Amino acid sequence: MHPAPSIVLFTVLSGLGLGQMAWLSLGLGPDEGLFRWIACALALAVAGSGGLCSTGHLGRRDRAWRAFSQWRSSWLSREACLMVAAMAAFGLYAAIWCLGGVRLWGLGIVASVLAVATIYSTAMIYAQLKTVPRWSMTPTAWLFLAVGLTGGLLASGAVAGLIGGAVHGWWTALALVITIGVVIWWQTAAAGAVRSADGSTMETATGLGFMGRVRLFEAPHTGSNYLLKEMAYEVGRNRAFELRRIGAALGFLTPLVFSVAALLVGGWLMALALVAHVVGMLALRWLFFAEAEHVQALYYGRK
Amino acid sequence: MTTLPESTQRKLGLVIDLDICVGCHACAVSCKEWNTGGYGAPLADTDAYGADPVGAWLNRVHTFEVQPPPSPTGPAPAQIVHFPKSCLHCDDAPCVTVCPTGASYKRVEDGIVLVNEDHCMGCGLCAWACPYGAREMDPLAGVMKKCTLCVDRIYNENLPEEDRIPACVRSCPAGARHFGDLGDPDSDVSQLVTERGGFDLMPEQGTKPTNKYLPPRPRDAQLGGCGGGAVNLAELAEPEVKGFLGWLDKALERIG
Amino acid sequence: MWGIMADGSQPKLDTSPHVSDEIRKTTCYMCACRCGIDVHLRDGADGKRVVSYIEGNRDHPVNRGVLCAKGSAGIMQHYSPARLKKPLKRTGPRGSGQFQEIEWDEALEIATGWLDPIRRSDPSKLAFFTGRDQSQSLTSWWAQQYGTPNYAAHGGFCSVNMAAAGIYTLGGAFWEFGTPDWERTRLFMIFGVAEDHDSNPIKIGIGQLKTNGGKVIGVNPVRTGYNAVADEWVGITPGTDGLFILAMVHELLRTGHVDLDYLCRWTNAPYLVDRNPGASFGLFVRDGDGKPLVWDRASGQVQPFDKPGLKPALKGDFPSPDGGRAVPVFELMAEKYLAPEYTPDAVAERCGVTAATIKRLAAELADVAFNQAFEIELPWTDFRGEKHESFIGRPVSFHAMRGISAHSNGFQTCRALHVLQLLLGTVEAPGGFRFKPPYPKPVEAHPAPHSKSRPDSPLNGPHLGFPRSPDDLALREDGSPVRIDKAFTWDAPMSIHGMMHMVIANAHAGDPYKIDVLFIYMANMAWNSSMNTAGVIDMLTDKDDSGAYKIPKIIYSDAYSSEMVAYADLVLPDTTYLERHDCISMLDRPICEADAAADAIRWPVVEPATQAEGRDVRGFQSVLIDLGARLQLPSFVDEAGNPKYRDYADYIVNHERRPGVGPLAGWRGEDGEATGRGAVNPRQLERYIENGSFFQTHIPEEARFFKPFNAAYQDWAVKMGFFDKPQPYIFQIYVEPVRKFQLAAEGHGERQPPEHLRAQVKAAFDPLPVWWQPFEQAAVSGEEFPLHAITQRPAAMYHSWGTQNAWLRQIHGQNPLYVHGSVLEAHGLKDGDWAYLISHHGRIKVPVARMDALNPHTVWTWNAIGKREGAWALDPKAPEAQKGFLLNHLIHELLPPKGDGLRWSNSDPVTGQAAWYDLRVKIEKAEAGAEVSEPRIGRQKSPVGQGSGNVAHGEGWK
Repeated sequence: MHPAPSIVLFTVLSGLGLGQMAWLSLGLGPDEGLFRWIACALALAVAGSGGLCSTGHLGRRDRAWRAFSQWRSSWLSREACLMVAAMAAFGLYAAIWCLGGVRLWGLGIVASVLAVATIYSTAMIYAQLKTVPRWSMTPTAWLFLAVGLTGGLLASGAVAGLIGGAVHGWWTALALVITIGVVIWWQTAAAGAVRSADGSTMETATGLGFMGRVRLFEAPHTGSNYLLKEMAYEVGRNRAFELRRIGAALGFLTPLVFSVAALLVGGWLMALALVAHVVGMLALRWLFFAEAEHVQALYYGRK
Repeated sequence: MTTLPESTQRKLGLVIDLDICVGCHACAVSCKEWNTGGYGAPLADTDAYGADPVGAWLNRVHTFEVQPPPSPTGPAPAQIVHFPKSCLHCDDAPCVTVCPTGASYKRVEDGIVLVNEDHCMGCGLCAWACPYGAREMDPLAGVMKKCTLCVDRIYNENLPEEDRIPACVRSCPAGARHFGDLGDPDSDVSQLVTERGGFDLMPEQGTKPTNKYLPPRPRDAQLGGCGGGAVNLAELAEPEVKGFLGWLDKALERIG
Repeated sequence: MWGIMADGSQPKLDTSPHVSDEIRKTTCYMCACRCGIDVHLRDGADGKRVVSYIEGNRDHPVNRGVLCAKGSAGIMQHYSPARLKKPLKRTGPRGSGQFQEIEWDEALEIATGWLDPIRRSDPSKLAFFTGRDQSQSLTSWWAQQYGTPNYAAHGGFCSVNMAAAGIYTLGGAFWEFGTPDWERTRLFMIFGVAEDHDSNPIKIGIGQLKTNGGKVIGVNPVRTGYNAVADEWVGITPGTDGLFILAMVHELLRTGHVDLDYLCRWTNAPYLVDRNPGASFGLFVRDGDGKPLVWDRASGQVQPFDKPGLKPALKGDFPSPDGGRAVPVFELMAEKYLAPEYTPDAVAERCGVTAATIKRLAAELADVAFNQAFEIELPWTDFRGEKHESFIGRPVSFHAMRGISAHSNGFQTCRALHVLQLLLGTVEAPGGFRFKPPYPKPVEAHPAPHSKSRPDSPLNGPHLGFPRSPDDLALREDGSPVRIDKAFTWDAPMSIHGMMHMVIANAHAGDPYKIDVLFIYMANMAWNSSMNTAGVIDMLTDKDDSGAYKIPKIIYSDAYSSEMVAYADLVLPDTTYLERHDCISMLDRPICEADAAADAIRWPVVEPATQAEGRDVRGFQSVLIDLGARLQLPSFVDEAGNPKYRDYADYIVNHERRPGVGPLAGWRGEDGEATGRGAVNPRQLERYIENGSFFQTHIPEEARFFKPFNAAYQDWAVKMGFFDKPQPYIFQIYVEPVRKFQLAAEGHGERQPPEHLRAQVKAAFDPLPVWWQPFEQAAVSGEEFPLHAITQRPAAMYHSWGTQNAWLRQIHGQNPLYVHGSVLEAHGLKDGDWAYLISHHGRIKVPVARMDALNPHTVWTWNAIGKREGAWALDPKAPEAQKGFLLNHLIHELLPPKGDGLRWSNSDPVTGQAAWYDLRVKIEKAEAGAEVSEPRIGRQKSPVGQGSGNVAHGEGWK
């Protein structure tokens, strides 16, 4: 699938912001003025800018508002609705906290649940697609949730660290370890989910398997088209390997080391951990799209 | 409304005969021609005279090469199958349910899957959800385009009755495309599907396509003589043939 | 178009939107098929008409409503940015594409200034050749009035073998001049056909035939298109079709599966052939009236072939009236083909078809022809006066085109196929191959070639015709060629379509003489319509010592900015096919069907000036008529010297070739009630337009089969004006005119071939079909050049016209070389790699792709996709110009030197047909580097700018 920058940024940033919201509204982080303001603003800004990025790939942005209408059937619509609800609930929670100094736990739980549900909806946009076997599996939702929540933890930790607060390094490290586990789980499942996970092959795609082995002789057009550009993206094996290594190192291993180191050296290291994580996640999310193969590409001979 | 109707009154669709499709692209171009001037935004082409021309098309003709396994008498020659592909107007259309704006819908009266282009925000998710590559984003209008089964032809009272069929069916020179109600088991198209063993594309995707494909008939060595059984000249040969010119006299006498 | 979602569920659609403001019916011109089209027009906001939609005309006899990809893409052709706008005068060097726009008056003055003086001194200084136009009846007439012997269309390059073999044997050829009886045929065998003339009718027919359970056998090295849907594919090795066919003939003869009754009655199988050594050896034995004689077994004596009630002998040695001996054609034929060299086992390896397959296919043909024969009960009378109760149907039919014809053995191969048809009794039989009027038409009803040119005078008759004997050759007293293309010389005696592909080479060499003006219409001679493209470009731009171009003046007319435009000195911009008058005439190549005579017109459904800014173009035929008047050509001016015709439309209506016979057969007579023959009807074009731009009249039922010998058909044909008196004839298995050329080579007669050609003529002019190895294959080493290389025309594109088309160029924007998997692997190649393809003449760099449904000794590509940078208003970076390629660069007009001091022509020795399918090549992997095809022919400046940006047709009315 085409790794459109808008979508890569959107999923990484909104996941991070929503993850941070989920933790903040559960009471995580020091209950002090500077932290309140910076952490809440960061969470809202990151999630919000992610949301804005998501409109970047729309053909008609002026009609984005219509995406709130189909929550009964569409995960994308649900995500849009939940995103707004989560941000509204968290915004209210944050306002009361920042201005009034009170953390309303009931409202917090609602905001947290909405934030987690939003991340889940985002995941389900991809996980629901039977047409993309690498996405269409249980670990995909866990992947988005684990990454989002861990990112949120890192973001809060970074804010706390910079203003000299407690950074929960061990908890963050634990979250990172769990996330690494989920990522490995997802990656293993994805590697196994070759396009034939559902049995789709060139033979089933064409129905000509009864005659023999099928290969593409001529594509319909000699040039490219939307389908090929959007859904038959090809990424080189070496490039993917490199990116995955960089993504894993920056996205998880560096933050893990820095989280533990932050306990010894200083909380400010958490900021570096967050930056590394975001960069690493952008690489991995790019790969999440770029490596995903769509069954329709079978009609173009992509096996 | 992007929930699918529980049932539709009719199931209009196409039956495509892979046995006689010669791969001439007539259907694809006439589709482009009708639809660029018809339903919704024009089907645009970008960089039309340049290095990378890319246009939106609702119907494309793929060509596959099939290598049959060797027959008892030796290796079987490879075969070429031309394969036109457009929206299959699935019963269980995943492209409809994923739509966040309600632009995609399946019509209750005839089962046609359509995009209300006034509501489409061009997110492209429906194209991702379709296993067949049947939906293409218009590069200029930014809305999703797809086969409408020529909904603006098949009921169009401004057209003569015989022309109220999709443009691709109207133009197909080989007669390889048939249009009708696949929900009615007695319709011509349903009969054709039954007789010829029409099949679904990617049944494992669970989309329950309306359009059906008729398989190529057996070819080459799988085939007997014209009209059935095998023939060979020895069998056909006149018993008295010894020398050809000797036979000639008798044969001429017989015709008088 | 949709309303508000009132109830929150489905949008309300307007399912009856407005379709168009007017439909105008005309004839398609996206290829040579000539389908009827309904052109939908809308009134634009600026009051100008826009072509909004084109579909097939349901009433039309050719396409019956359907339309191919090219036809539907006609809008993009019509609105192509490559359209020429105004006449152009060259300002830069030839080939640069630098021009100045001029007015029509100036353009026509220049043309007249060039053409008038040479007409007065030596009309042969003009060479006038046309491409794929459909107005040869007018262009040839014009050339005849001008007086130059140098006129032809591009048939000599295209498929003249098929035409010549068909006319000499059957009185009609495949092309679009006949058709399988699709309704009734059960077995259809198609040789060497990709997309071609008769594009939609073949698709309709194959679909119909297969739907009815009939069988299609495709004989072709490449399994695409029609061969892909064929029930059986015979992946023959190129150039061996003749051998394959004659092996089937051998099998049919060996087992006695031939239609003796048919052969006796309707072919010259019983004709007695003179066996007396001397100048008449091998000619027919004739009576005092010149009628060929047969041996009648009933009366025991010779009788004229057309006597009723004959029982002709097919074998035996009989006394001829002059005291010598004679044998029937059939015996000569049987002896020839029963020889061991024609057994399936003897030919199998060379053909790439197993002997078992050849035997089985012969058996299938016989099985269907004889065991599935049927009768149509309908009394009819033959030309001998014998009455028949029914027509015997033989449901086997054949079609073939350039795959068998564009070889140096193509004439005889096409002949072999016709003989096979005749042995099975299927020509003009129900279920078989049936002619479309005005065919069948014997050689005798065609003119012989004419070439006598005098200053300031018309030619002595039509240029092109059918030589009956060496007397008809276009040779001067000293034996040198009269024509610039050397047609009708001993190089190619039966070059009945001329040899357009030799014109530029000969004019450049000044051999046989220098010309002054080269005038070409609608033929991309500087690109895909020439062999040896780069060489031809050099000839067009080559200068003599004085710095003048060796071909002094070039006038070219085209509607689009093709490669050839850049090489012209004066360009006359033609209209698109929707802006012009044309007639698809029975004087030329009409649109008839087996059961009906039909012709058609084009008319301007939109006016050029309304279709783009600054567009000032004229239909070429009207321009030619204008030039004819300016040059004061007889037939183009009246007695006072004033123009006789206002324009082409006026000519179509008012011109009479013979009294009462004009370009159009429908609605003749002052009241429009006459058909075929009749006075001029001033309202004729209106009547055509009212009827959908075509006219059709059905052949009487009893006249529909066995047309050459059917008295009712002959009478009808006379009534229609095809002939002035009945011209019954029978089919020619043994072609006597061919034998006359062979006799000359054997040393008889006044005109004999020059010594160096004597052996070739003797071998090639066999009056019974023979096979020889294609010349290029014989001339190069099979080890060095192990592969055959051929091209096919894609169904969605027709020659170079399609590339400017915004829609079609997305389908075919570049062309790979298709190579069999085994060959790819042997050369370490894979899909998408680049390779060099090398012939004895040249080397090209091409991308390769795998194809296994291919004769393993053959490589191929789509025809004419490659473009010169800057042509056709395309971006010079267009894939057509960067990756597309032409095979033409590898093919030379001449064979490689044999070491005898002579350069032999790479063509069929009978007809001069360019043998572009004889090409032999080798393939080598190209080193990594730029993925750009070679050779690179520099860039031409586009006189019409570059088409740019996006297309969204339909925007204007939404």
